[in-house]
Amino acid sequence: MRPMSEPHIVLENVHKSFGSKHVLRGVNVGVGKGRSLVVIGGSGSGKSVTLKCILGLLRPEKGSIRVGGQEIIGLAGAELDAMMARFGMVFQNAALFDSLSVWRNVAFGLIQGRKMPATEARAVAIDKLAQVGLGAEVADLNPAELSGGMRKRVGLARAIAPEPEIIFFDEPTTGLDPIMGDVINNLIVDSVKRLGATTITITHDMASARKIGDDIAMIYKGKIVWCGPADEIDQSNNAYVDQFIHGREEGPIEIEL
Amino acid sequence: MNFLTAIGNFVLSMFAEVGRVSIFARDGALRGLLPPWYFRQLFEQIIRIGYNSLPVVGLTAFFTGGALALQIFIGGTRYNAENLVSSIVALGITRELGPVMAGLMVTGRVAAAIAAELGTMRVTEQIDALTTLSTNPFKYLVGPRILAAVITMPILVAIADLIGIFGGFAVGTTSLGFNYAAYIKNTTDFIEVSDVTSGLIKAAVFGFIIALMGCYHGFNSKGGAQGVGKATTNAVVSASILILAANYALTSLLFNE
Repeated sequence: MRPMSEPHIVLENVHKSFGSKHVLRGVNVGVGKGRSLVVIGGSGSGKSVTLKCILGLLRPEKGSIRVGGQEIIGLAGAELDAMMARFGMVFQNAALFDSLSVWRNVAFGLIQGRKMPATEARAVAIDKLAQVGLGAEVADLNPAELSGGMRKRVGLARAIAPEPEIIFFDEPTTGLDPIMGDVINNLIVDSVKRLGATTITITHDMASARKIGDDIAMIYKGKIVWCGPADEIDQSNNAYVDQFIHGREEGPIEIEL
Repeated sequence: MNFLTAIGNFVLSMFAEVGRVSIFARDGALRGLLPPWYFRQLFEQIIRIGYNSLPVVGLTAFFTGGALALQIFIGGTRYNAENLVSSIVALGITRELGPVMAGLMVTGRVAAAIAAELGTMRVTEQIDALTTLSTNPFKYLVGPRILAAVITMPILVAIADLIGIFGGFAVGTTSLGFNYAAYIKNTTDFIEVSDVTSGLIKAAVFGFIIALMGCYHGFNSKGGAQGVGKATTNAVVSASILILAANYALTSLLFNE
């Protein structure tokens, strides 16, 4: 029996390797219910692998990942499906399905996962598109006809459409100009607040991290080296965090060229 | 010693690959047959794999039937056996050339297309997106493709048989001086039901191989555009070789009287 005060999502001593490459070396972090955790770190530090382990797309060799007190490592079949239904995910490049129109992308989880009739799902999709600032005229376009910013918005609409209790964001502002990045950050904050969802975001964009996060964790070489409230990151007194947020070449972080 | 190590590594990796393909085939077939079924996907794949392959399979069969008639006539004149043209064309097309030529042509069209499509979906995280939207990628992507190929290949081959025999008839009656009625009578008198059904059984097996190789290589592709290209090549090469090997095995099995 886990204590009642356990955070909504908990990672304990999570290890993951690919062949001889030990990517996660004992990740420990937790996110409270309805809070937003941003995981920052350089390329290859283990951010995406951490996210994929929580999502069940990768299976850690060691450690524990609990969501709402339930262990998710090793879940399969109906139990895994039930857990996945609680998650939403916004991918780095949106990962929209090329073969489906925009509204079918947004309604995908409703039609396939919840067996909602197409006409009803289309109405929900158009409502969700409106929430991310896109008009109904976009609904019948193909993803290939959208700009980068519009694709991110559609990806966000698709993730929030089934109203999940947990949403993951993978580099939500990568590839966008600073203004569009800020628009997406605001949309994320608004939509998450509206749902009351718990979120984990991975990014190396500090402006995005400060805007989205209640808490920030820094990962380096597969371990969390600092974790604390977002508004305390400038006073972290952690050499890794200081080097990263100021973008300095000198410091304890080794750049792999 | 290095040479022996290389042979050992090759044999081990070959068996590992056979094991991976076998597990993938089991998962694809089982999950494709168990509910929930994606009828819309199945219907789309039947159109893509079957209906859209008709022109290329039909043309191949027509010219193969015609060339076969010419070759048998030329060879047959040496032994005064020209009258065998119609029966050997019918036998050759239904037992061997119909299924094998259709199998190889569909491999070029379909295995490549499936591998490229699924490979692109893999590298753009669309397959991961399916999982996060409570949809099993095996059921949604692999099952309908395998089922559609197994259903449509026998129909394609039945049509190829007719067109191939007609190709032989066209050449026989226009260029080689055969009488229309005598050619048709010789064909229908000689051909047996088992000649046709054995070809259709082969076609179903070839359909399974084509879709399986396309899905397996596409599903496991990695490394961006180059990875997708490699997956496509591997799908076509492995499906072609497996079709020829399976053809030999099925021929010895089906005609072992």
